[in-house]
Amino acid sequence: MTYTNARDIAASAGNPRQVFLNYPLGNPAGRPHDPENQRSVLRAGLKLLEDAERPGIIVDLPYTWSDSGEWMEKFMTDEQPFISEDAEVRRQDLLEKAREQKSGQLRK
Amino acid sequence: MDYIRYIEKTHEYYRGLGYDKTYNYACNTDIPFVPLKKPLSECRVALVTTSSFLLLDEGGLPLEEPRMLGTNEMEVFTAPSDWPADRILSTSEDHDRYQTDMNDVNAYFPITRMQEFLKEGVFGGLSRNYYRTLPNYSHRKTTEVDGPEILRQCREDNVDVALLTPV
Repeated sequence: MTYTNARDIAASAGNPRQVFLNYPLGNPAGRPHDPENQRSVLRAGLKLLEDAERPGIIVDLPYTWSDSGEWMEKFMTDEQPFISEDAEVRRQDLLEKAREQKSGQLRK
Repeated sequence: MDYIRYIEKTHEYYRGLGYDKTYNYACNTDIPFVPLKKPLSECRVALVTTSSFLLLDEGGLPLEEPRMLGTNEMEVFTAPSDWPADRILSTSEDHDRYQTDMNDVNAYFPITRMQEFLKEGVFGGLSRNYYRTLPNYSHRKTTEVDGPEILRQCREDNVDVALLTPV
């Protein structure tokens, strides 16, 4: 049973059972510091786990992050780049290392 | 319903940064499925996440080195299912940092909520350990190395159900 904040990625990955929570990335199990919301989100997944009779169902949860959808518009814009420049450099370094390791393994 | 198309957005974003290769998102059409074979209240349940965090000792110092992105080595890390939420420190860089933070571990690794459900009898039991693996650019590694290792350890621990929280 998968809890996701990214509906399109989850649909493409095609897990057996998924619930989609339309919150910003990082909160698949509910709103931070809101135990009741977290419990409701988890419960929705458990219900799907019990009820599903076929694979690939995605249940869209009714909870919204804020009254305005502005957070969705600003995601990955110049104003709100996805990750910091430092983090992007670290990510690319590690990615490069992983590629080197992979090509090293292929040569063996 | 309105929601962010992350696949399109990330492709555009990284092309804009000058990367010519775009990430190939996992795409599976053959989806496995096993119906639940007994009541949830009799099931042993595990948590599996790709969120990155460190376990802390009682003095609040990290018990492990930070890890960020997967390599080709097997990378499955455990966290005891009775670990206290206040001794987990997020090292995630994959969340929307303008909208949210990772200070509440239960928003992505619901370790306290799972303990509550156990006490309330929602589950029959919790697995000995929960599982962490890293977000990885290699589908092969996830499906052929890390995934099977998590499955192996879950089977060894008689786990019936796995709840996944990808981050």
